Amino acid sequence: MMTAEQSTYAYLAAYPTIAASLPGSDLSWLQQFRNAGLKAFEAHGFPNLRDEEWRYTNLAVLNKTQFAPSDNQEVDAGWLETYRLENAWNVVLINGHFSAELSDLSNLPAEVSVQSFNAALRNNAEALQTRLGKAVADDEHSLVAFNSAWFGDGVVIEIAARHQMSKPLQILHVVTASDALAATRNLLVVHDSAEAQIIETYVGSADSYFSAAVNECFLQPNAELTLYKVQAETDKACHFGGSYVKQAQNSRFMHHNFAIGGLLARSEIHSDLDVASECRLNGLYLGGNRQHIDNHTRINHLKPQGISREFYKGVLDQRARGVFQARVIVAEDAQQTDSEMNNRNLLLSNDAEIDTKPQLEIYADDVKCSHGVTVGQLDEKSVFYLQSRGVDEASARNILTFAFANEMVDKVENSELKAVLLQQLLARFPAISL
Amino acid sequence: MLSIKNLHVSINDKPILKGLTLDINPGEVHAIMGPNGAGKSTLSHVLSGKAGYTVTEGSVTYQGKDLLELAPEIRAREGVFLAFQYPVEIPGVSNIYLLKAALNAMRKHHGQPEVDAMDFLTIVKSKVKLLQMDEKFLYRAVNEGFSGGEKKRNEILQAAVLEPKLCILDETDSGLDIDALRIVAEGVNSLRSPERSFLMITHYQRLLDYIEPDMVHVLAEGRIVKSGGPELALELEEKGYSWLEGKAA
Repeated sequence: MMTAEQSTYAYLAAYPTIAASLPGSDLSWLQQFRNAGLKAFEAHGFPNLRDEEWRYTNLAVLNKTQFAPSDNQEVDAGWLETYRLENAWNVVLINGHFSAELSDLSNLPAEVSVQSFNAALRNNAEALQTRLGKAVADDEHSLVAFNSAWFGDGVVIEIAARHQMSKPLQILHVVTASDALAATRNLLVVHDSAEAQIIETYVGSADSYFSAAVNECFLQPNAELTLYKVQAETDKACHFGGSYVKQAQNSRFMHHNFAIGGLLARSEIHSDLDVASECRLNGLYLGGNRQHIDNHTRINHLKPQGISREFYKGVLDQRARGVFQARVIVAEDAQQTDSEMNNRNLLLSNDAEIDTKPQLEIYADDVKCSHGVTVGQLDEKSVFYLQSRGVDEASARNILTFAFANEMVDKVENSELKAVLLQQLLARFPAISL
Repeated sequence: MLSIKNLHVSINDKPILKGLTLDINPGEVHAIMGPNGAGKSTLSHVLSGKAGYTVTEGSVTYQGKDLLELAPEIRAREGVFLAFQYPVEIPGVSNIYLLKAALNAMRKHHGQPEVDAMDFLTIVKSKVKLLQMDEKFLYRAVNEGFSGGEKKRNEILQAAVLEPKLCILDETDSGLDIDALRIVAEGVNSLRSPERSFLMITHYQRLLDYIEPDMVHVLAEGRIVKSGGPELALELEEKGYSWLEGKAA
């Protein structure tokens, strides 16, 4: 096995041959952007346990295998269809590359622009230049920097002012090649008073791979974005997915995060809130076997009258480990901030673990902020109550676990997605038919 | 139907029941009364299979089977129903889901197909009416935010849907005002049949004004110290329990 240093050098050594095939190799500003990312990665390697924001998540597995970009576009079409939402437009990325053939953007209104990162570079590079790296910088941590250097494609979405999307856009991130690195950079702009619904689905058919997506989201004044993320990677996959959001005044950002797959998964959601904007983060993580699922959030109240609500639930079984690291920062200027954070965890086995760390940093004096955390097991009185009604013990435990988790599924407004999630939850906790 | 012989039960090595004997025939309603700490709730818990109780001596035979050998859910499927003194709140599980899961578990046990969704709704709605409950209760989480009276009514609703052979009512009257008590009692009375037996556990006589028992037993210091007809309950109401407690020795 390689040391972290050896691994970093191996990635760096492979980079020059990869670089030529990356989009924008002929654009000097993008070259500079990538080089800055490469330097930051070179200086630090992948984040490690000494980094405060990574102290519970060991990325050693990324050093074991050298993941490499793949231009393989093969996919089992029948398998893929099981993940495609019907009542939605779909963008399909295979091994980190946009597939025009598999995407379905028919009848997309002119107010909704969806193109691959490569196409956006050809069509309007200047617009990309003004946004890229503006919602998150390479100094956030070295995985972001790694993404800046290595990303091979992505999706660029713009919703015109005052437009309300009639159905959601699903972005299907699919990895089919073994040991592939699927690094994407995605940009999303929701203009003034527009309303957008986006669903990210992360799946794979390969055994081991590394999916690394960075989303930069810009919400203009009065804009509304509902972003769903379903992370259902294979059980040997590594996943990193971050959404970094800039919220202009009176904007609303709603996020629903379902983390159910992967061997090692880290999700980040950071949002910067301007005056009177609103941020709602809901999440559910289900871990089993030796899964490690890390959810990292940061809500940054920069200006007055912001509202934030965060509610995450976790269910951890066998030797699974969950991490919930959530920070709410209320700047000196952010008076009348109203913020609540809640994290509830259910541990189903003695070997399961949750590291939960809510953090409130308040620099303003006129604010309303609260946070709460619970870690517990199933209530034995409830188990017996169900048994006394004829339900066997295993089903009783499944029913109660399902009920605990289903509270988060219930918050999903999109009925098609909700049905899909419900099926996934029932498959995980089989009980007597609903 | 149910035959309890010389039952001794301990909790953490502390003897609670000390030689309880009781026989209940099909269709009979038995009331067990007694002072606090006599072992009334222990009896209901042991019969329903709750963990934490050790039977050190004696036997419980239910319809020819050794009841104590059966898992709690098997007892339920075989027709033993416990109406809890303190019904549990289960957030996220709706009443209607629980009723359906319970009914289907029972049907499966008896080799019957799952209940048809429409038939099920018809049955449940008629029982809801019987207990003068609002249909909205069916779609609320089990007992969550229910008042004391609503919880007890909900227990009887479950009994009405599951149609047990032996119905154990543990302090079903506690926490009920007089109107709720009447509704619950009417619900119980409507379930009485020549095949169905009841074991009512209560501290007070007032429940027996509404549900007339065939037999009344006094449980004190872990065993039955006196048995009689409904008139015994009135006597207890008048004299209290203290005059009987010496008789346990």
